[in-house]
Amino acid sequence: MELTDGALVVKARAGEAEAFRALVERHSHRLFQLAFRMTGNQEDAEDVVQDSFLRAFRRLDQLDGRASFGTWLYRIAANCSVDLVRSRIARFERRSDDGEIDDAVFSIPTGSPSPERSAMSSQIRDRVSEAMKELSPAERTAFVLRHFEGMPMEEVGHVLGCCANSAKHSVFRAVHKLRRALEPLANSAR
Amino acid sequence: MKHLNDEEIILRYYGESDDGSAHLEECQECAVRYASLAAVLDAVDALPLPERGPEYPQEIWQRIERDIAASRRARWPLTAPWRWVAATAAAALLLVGGFLAGRHSVSAPKPEALAAVDPLAGERVLLVAVADHLERSQMVLVELANANPKINREGNLDISSEQERAGELVSENRLYRQTAQYSGQTAVAGVLDELERVLLDIAHTPSEISPRELEGLRERLQSEGILFKIRVLRSNVGVQQQPAPREKL
Repeated sequence: MELTDGALVVKARAGEAEAFRALVERHSHRLFQLAFRMTGNQEDAEDVVQDSFLRAFRRLDQLDGRASFGTWLYRIAANCSVDLVRSRIARFERRSDDGEIDDAVFSIPTGSPSPERSAMSSQIRDRVSEAMKELSPAERTAFVLRHFEGMPMEEVGHVLGCCANSAKHSVFRAVHKLRRALEPLANSAR
Repeated sequence: MKHLNDEEIILRYYGESDDGSAHLEECQECAVRYASLAAVLDAVDALPLPERGPEYPQEIWQRIERDIAASRRARWPLTAPWRWVAATAAAALLLVGGFLAGRHSVSAPKPEALAAVDPLAGERVLLVAVADHLERSQMVLVELANANPKINREGNLDISSEQERAGELVSENRLYRQTAQYSGQTAVAGVLDELERVLLDIAHTPSEISPRELEGLRERLQSEGILFKIRVLRSNVGVQQQPAPREKL
């Protein structure tokens, strides 16, 4: 019998570790993708996934019975990512003051070439990576949830803990910044 | 002609607004702006995403398992056998409390001694234990009411986990019901009586049932309103557990 997330949450709340394990199995891949897009770094994304599940387990009692576990978990992951990115930026700014440069704030990893990677010119990829770095944590979070996760603005607002209108404006600002940085290149590649 | 603004074009790209779709078809200028935006966002979309293998969830679980176990120990210090001890102790305390209160009231007029025996203390202990029991019973019933079961080859559904837990709860329920009856808490006893019959039915149902039987069980839960009654009783029990506020002198 495949239980719903809600039923697994009820069991996990009652102390059944196996039920929480089933939730981990169900959500880890998608949570990693979200965390990677938010942090731009594989190691950070893995830390965010791990931290998010632990925080979720410890706060299971706070989950409203009518709320979706997935949305709630993404909200936790979004907050973990924002915290991590903010601490990175603070560290980056401190290092920059000392004359050091840290490219890892929002770096896109360089692994072995994949078909997707090959299909995209390195120039565009670098520019996209640079443009994503220019987004504030709130803009990046809202944009990732709307653009990559396909969440409606209202749900983005729910994840961010703000109203749909604020979420919408964060997405608008993110798109404007990306557009300014990428439009010449993207249109020339068409 | 009123052109679409940037925000309207973005909302249109994400399918969150149908406003201006007719305009986009007619207006060359807006169509070009839309295509330009789509090219930018499509470029973002093409960013590579590292893949994780099928073993990834297992790796994550291994990393957090120890912390989860530590959190569980902190949250649920009493395992199932100990809950039984607590239930029995609660009932015993109530009975002893009732007995002592009865003796004092029969041998009578010693008001200072009577004041020392709080006649509500035993009830409060029972209510605490009943609240925990109701919560666990509610979980079993909610799971059955909300489960999205997988049908096996024979076309049946496996409810063995819920059945096993219902069986454990029946004995506890009986103890609480009898204690509530003894102490004159008829409302509590009434709901526990109904709950006991439902739990007994679940415990004695085959561990594999047909979808129709599960539907029948769900309809019964709904028609008898047992979940609603449990929620109301839990809420009342929660209120009664609180000691009465001290009166100001």
